[in-house]
Amino acid sequence: MLKFILTRLATFLPTFFGVTLIAFAFIRLLPGDPIIVMAGERGVSPERYQELLHKFNFDKPIWEQYIYYLNSVLHGDLGDSFVTKKPVVEEFFALFPATLELSICAMIFAVVLGLPAGVIAAVNRGKIFDRTLMSAALVGYSMPIFWWALLLIIVVSGKLGLTPVSGRISLMYYFKDPTGFMLWDSLASGQKGAFASALQHLILPTIVLGTIPLAVIARQTRSAMLEVLGEDYIRTARAKGLSPLRINGLHALRNALIPVVTVVGLMVGTLLTGAILTETIFSWPGIGKWMLDSIFRRDYPVVQSGLLLIALIVMAVNLTVDLLYGLINPKIRKR
Amino acid sequence: MTETTTNAPSRPGRLSEFWFYFRENKGAVIGLYVFAVFVILAIFAPLVAPHDPIMQYRDHLLQPPVWEDGGEWSFFLGTDAVGRDILSRLIHGARYSFYVGIIVVAIAAAGGIVLGLISGFAPRWLDTIIMRIMDIILAFPSLLLALVLVAILGPSLTNAMIAIAIVLQPHYVRLTRASVMSERTKDYVVSARVAGAGIWRLMFITVLPNCMPPIIVQAALSFSSAILDAAALGFLGMGAQPPTPEWGTMLAEAREFILRAWWVVTFPGVAILITVLAINLMGDGLRDALDPKLKRS
Repeated sequence: MLKFILTRLATFLPTFFGVTLIAFAFIRLLPGDPIIVMAGERGVSPERYQELLHKFNFDKPIWEQYIYYLNSVLHGDLGDSFVTKKPVVEEFFALFPATLELSICAMIFAVVLGLPAGVIAAVNRGKIFDRTLMSAALVGYSMPIFWWALLLIIVVSGKLGLTPVSGRISLMYYFKDPTGFMLWDSLASGQKGAFASALQHLILPTIVLGTIPLAVIARQTRSAMLEVLGEDYIRTARAKGLSPLRINGLHALRNALIPVVTVVGLMVGTLLTGAILTETIFSWPGIGKWMLDSIFRRDYPVVQSGLLLIALIVMAVNLTVDLLYGLINPKIRKR
Repeated sequence: MTETTTNAPSRPGRLSEFWFYFRENKGAVIGLYVFAVFVILAIFAPLVAPHDPIMQYRDHLLQPPVWEDGGEWSFFLGTDAVGRDILSRLIHGARYSFYVGIIVVAIAAAGGIVLGLISGFAPRWLDTIIMRIMDIILAFPSLLLALVLVAILGPSLTNAMIAIAIVLQPHYVRLTRASVMSERTKDYVVSARVAGAGIWRLMFITVLPNCMPPIIVQAALSFSSAILDAAALGFLGMGAQPPTPEWGTMLAEAREFILRAWWVVTFPGVAILITVLAINLMGDGLRDALDPKLKRS
């Protein structure tokens, strides 16, 4: 097991340096002089230009610049935003809980609906139920989620008036948010109706962000279940006269879950991609919207460091999933 | 160099065998028909579309579709905020989506297959370098990386296509490399090598054809994700620029009217969904027909 962990870490490190290299290269690949680009439309005096050149180490050879950059990254210094002048790390971790809360809710939504759908489809394989569920899953999988979001806003918010159109909570409520998780903070604030408002704001973004994971999980569960249902031990369980619920729910599902769990773990990238679109449409103050806004505002330190932080999160989650997978499935370790 | 051409008897009716399995999947056949309609519309758009896609009919602003009150037959699906015919824009939009799909898949597949073949045949150090680079690309969420690339290159449809192709390419590299790894040690490859086939011949003529089925399936799937990603970039203002009748860009322009004129928002999305769905259905059928391992009898 130790060897397995070490080999996985050995592939993690080069990827980490590669990711820092890409983030480093980003500012230098932008058309034009980086200092002029940073200064924006106001321009900059020649003295200030030299000063900035020195400050950002642009007057040194390129490899030395990278060493400086890597050094500051490893010390947790990711620069300051042009617009707010605050450290990027600070901004990132202030907004991250919003994205995390939304992603967790979307994942819960996807798993709670996707798992039973996959199991039911597999058990009723080839029947009308299976076909309907799998057709629906394929539609979900093909969904342009930015359009899906607009459609839900038209129907649910516009026609039916059931949910708010944007934001995380109604402006009527104000309280401190120590954790950044609105559901928790609104409950802890003790204000009447705050939790309900936060929950209402969460419904549509959750559905939108959870749609593609839901479809993927349903399809994956179905095929994993079909594979397992053909195994000998399932036949034995049937021969023993166990109830179908016990066979499908306990014996089969438990083994079918392994590939499903992996797929769920590897979906962080999909979720973050979805978060950019979902957060933009619902004005959800998370890191997806923050990144897109920064790209439009040409706030390059934010884009550079946000890119790095997001990639690191994706890598860390993938590594964890890999290691956990090795832990529960010894066959993987041998490779 | 002595070249021995192995004249293996070509299996009779390989294409008909493929069609036999493909046809079994009803969804795939429907997908194929829908895709055919999409391609025909894309090719003959100027002949089929009733109006010029960027012509603004100032007397017909935000006119609803024909079946609603105030609709007219000449503007079947209604008009947008500056009076352009939505149906014509959708038909012309098919061109852009088709174009995006073809170009992106061509770039991503060609690059990915070559890198994957090199990776599969190369010495270990080169293989490691290529695969680590692919890991680095895969560490970024695809849309985010595409957005950043477009920020560097400047927003346009061409740059969006380049960005999407770069983001989709690692999947081809991994897939090709994995197939090469499993094929390389097989007897027919060894015998070709013994017969004196050079490394390029081994790569492209001996091994590659046997690696194609999963790559073809991947090509179908990435065709649809290319269309989705290009539409998403267009929607975010980083893809095709107005007044191009690209579906995602049309949705972006329509956003402010969502509560007043449902048709400007609904139809471009329906077009994207139907096209992507048809291609994914076809992809499922292709997998059933081409990949015997995944064939569920």
